[in-house]
Amino acid sequence: MASATNEAEPAIAGRGYALPEMLVTTRWVADHLDDPAVRIVESDEDPLLYAAGHIPGAAEVDWTRDLNDPVVRDYLDSGRFADLASRLGITPETTVVFYGDKSNWWACYALWVFRLFGHTRAKIMDGGRLKWTKEGRPMSRETPAFPRTDYPAPVRDDARDRALRDDVVAHLDAGGALIDVRSPEEYSGERLHMPDYPNEGALRGGHIPTAKNVPWARAVNADTGEFKSADALREIYESGAGLSPTDDVIAYCRIGERSSHTWFALKFLLGYERVRNYDGSWTEWGNLVGAPIEK
Amino acid sequence: MDRIPDRLRDLVDAFSAMEDRAERVQELIAWADRFEPVPASVAASPYPEAARVPACESEAFAFAEPLAGGTLRYRFAVENPQGVSAMALAAILDETMSGQPAERVLAVDPGVVYELFGRELSMGKTAGLMGMIQMVRALTRRHAEAAGAKP
Repeated sequence: MASATNEAEPAIAGRGYALPEMLVTTRWVADHLDDPAVRIVESDEDPLLYAAGHIPGAAEVDWTRDLNDPVVRDYLDSGRFADLASRLGITPETTVVFYGDKSNWWACYALWVFRLFGHTRAKIMDGGRLKWTKEGRPMSRETPAFPRTDYPAPVRDDARDRALRDDVVAHLDAGGALIDVRSPEEYSGERLHMPDYPNEGALRGGHIPTAKNVPWARAVNADTGEFKSADALREIYESGAGLSPTDDVIAYCRIGERSSHTWFALKFLLGYERVRNYDGSWTEWGNLVGAPIEK
Repeated sequence: MDRIPDRLRDLVDAFSAMEDRAERVQELIAWADRFEPVPASVAASPYPEAARVPACESEAFAFAEPLAGGTLRYRFAVENPQGVSAMALAAILDETMSGQPAERVLAVDPGVVYELFGRELSMGKTAGLMGMIQMVRALTRRHAEAAGAKP
């Protein structure tokens, strides 16, 4: 059994990732359900999925209620994060393993927010909820209760993994790389929103100048929800989109959820040292007066 | 709101009174558990594309089964086993709108999903759930027009 810390599993280590220990398999999770050093956390788009059945002993982090400030468009502050972690029985030493629906789209988003607060002991269960259920592994409707901890209020450091509007402007001026992970129709400006999704209010369509379009889902195998191998990811992001591991990269989508998935793939699976997620994304850029746009 | 089917109005009132998210979620899960897929006598897989609910990532399909008296029973298939929200709404629409006069069904605004599911829905989930109501409205309007009645 691999430890809860930094030892990669053979099934994942063989895929050639830069930091394979950032992913765990469903089997690893099954072996660590009772591990007090590990907290399994489900994060979904569908608000009913967790209650309808989750990995036994898993907690829930809801992306709207738990991760966002209820008034200001921003993430929770230091005190709220400490309260969330404490409520979930998490300490700074706990290894938090996120999983969820949509090929871990929301799980990566939650992991990204946790890292803003410096909680680096965080991993993704490869394949997410889809793989766990396809394998016929047990599910539970019992909501677990965790002994409350006293997580010390951390300082949120946005500089490392998050790009704000002014950062993107400076990044553009410096010729930095941009990855637009939305659909080709959104990228081209043909649509202002995802296919089949309603318009979320951007006044202009198109993309940030120089951004390359790599829809987020290209990083996963649709059948299993698992991330593709490092070679396959390099083919997509380097041969296809012209990125290089030494590039300073900003990824964006419409509110930063899909791009957190790409941020995870570039930063941990391909080992890019400087990758940030622009969560303002198109809902901000497409409404900014005077912001440069390409179609 | 007064013109929508009584059972749906009662349900909306009940959900509106819920202040606890967990209570709302458990109630919706209970509805999802009551979901009965469309019987093969009405429609069988593979379902026609015309029945596909627009914008629904749970791969829901909607059907109308004629009832005596000229009303309809609303049936659904939800192909994605993780489409719990779609299953919950399918059960709600079947139980509260089947057998209702067309004018009362057509009085239901798709925005009622916010009353049932709350405001913390993602864009995608909202679009899919609203699509189910739009399908029910379209089936009802089509049936009424075919019957020569003004919906």
